[in-house]
Amino acid sequence: MKVRIPDPLRSYTERQAVVEATGDTVGAVIADLDRQFPGIRFRMVDEQSKIRPHMKVFVNEDAVRDPETRVTPSDELTIMQALSGG
Amino acid sequence: MATTYVESPELVDDGPVLLVGTRKGAWIVAGDEQRSHWAVAGPLFLGHIAQHMVLDPRDRTTLLLAAGTGHLGPTVFRSEDLGRSWKEATRPPAFTAGDALGRSLRAVFWLSPGHAREAGTWYAGGSPQGLFRSEDAGDTWEPVRGWNDHPKWETWAEWPDEGTPDGSMLHSIIVDPRDASHLYIGLSGGGVFESVDGGADWQPLNAGSVATFLPDPEPEFGHDPHCVRLHPLQPDRLYQQNHCGIYRMERPEARWVRVGDNMPRDIGDIGFPIELHPRDPDTAWVFPMDGTDVWPRTSPGGRPAVYATRDAGESWTRRDSGLPDRGWFTVKRQAMAVDARDPVGVYFGTTSGEIWASADEGASWECIAQHLPEIYSVEHADPTSRR
Repeated sequence: MKVRIPDPLRSYTERQAVVEATGDTVGAVIADLDRQFPGIRFRMVDEQSKIRPHMKVFVNEDAVRDPETRVTPSDELTIMQALSGG
Repeated sequence: MATTYVESPELVDDGPVLLVGTRKGAWIVAGDEQRSHWAVAGPLFLGHIAQHMVLDPRDRTTLLLAAGTGHLGPTVFRSEDLGRSWKEATRPPAFTAGDALGRSLRAVFWLSPGHAREAGTWYAGGSPQGLFRSEDAGDTWEPVRGWNDHPKWETWAEWPDEGTPDGSMLHSIIVDPRDASHLYIGLSGGGVFESVDGGADWQPLNAGSVATFLPDPEPEFGHDPHCVRLHPLQPDRLYQQNHCGIYRMERPEARWVRVGDNMPRDIGDIGFPIELHPRDPDTAWVFPMDGTDVWPRTSPGGRPAVYATRDAGESWTRRDSGLPDRGWFTVKRQAMAVDARDPVGVYFGTTSGEIWASADEGASWECIAQHLPEIYSVEHADPTSRR
């Protein structure tokens, strides 16, 4: 499926804004991203497998927090950041 | 004194090198042999929170940077060419997956090289107060389970995190130069703790130091050490700049003596950093701050000054020649450093983004960099290759 990568994580994807990854859950797709782009997962998912507080993950247009959320190859995953602070 | 600002580090002289971590990136500041010209190189990792940057004193080549952002998880970057190129740690510090307390690391706060005879070994302290160890020069990290999973961790460490404004943290990781298995750590808040078995078990080491913010002012733990130092030439001597004073301990005694009582009453003995003379265990420098009222943490009276002792804290001398008459900044616990030259160079970075240097052990000061972001850390480095 198509995964949209936010600017702060593109240092891991060779500046690609959109990449392909596979998996039948959000967590599995992110794990596949980490296989392709080592290190990217821990920057957005903590060691307890929780999506970090300021990271937003959308399946199509629906915001999800649960890595166990099911996805299909026709879905699109968008990773965003809630930028805040100064 | 002259300063130039450059983009990438080109260390063409043999002067001291300062590694500067700030709230918005890292800089490498290099001086000439006379310590009169400085090149400020950076930013490195602009926008990243650079907590601590440390050069391995054993190979004088490996540079580690503890970094994060406000949004992305914490990590460690490594460089073997003095910051020209970087690689992220393959496995950064992290608590164990499925951790019983559900802890996840918010920041890598402190880096300490391991024992001189354990090449490639490093320790990292975090927020929350985890301790982590690497045996491959910072590429992969493992939790120190004897600390992180200690049955009393939850009692000793301020947890759930309700501590300092930037969160509770583990800092001042000290390895006894005589014995790699003898470790000290500082917890803000929590106190000083000691291990004599390589981190498998730990004991509080806080007797004699006060915690005026607790109902029992002399508890076994719960203190707030801001910075703990051991003198490498006299490893039985510890100094501590604490939330409630300046202390010294002479092992095997296990009781802190408040040498800050010898500071002028109108200045007090509150502060963050304490730095030691590399060749004289009786000499130390502190940067007192205002710990009255609502704790502004700026210099008492807004008059910045370093205080130096030459007799292990029995007396203190004000060292402010060249410093501004008025200033309203803070010097954080990692933001003071000394070089190893003769006379010793003393340095501090401010929350207002200035670096001040003294080439005469604190007798006079000059500003060598300004307009940097809020400075979190300043470390001295002596790299083997500068080109």
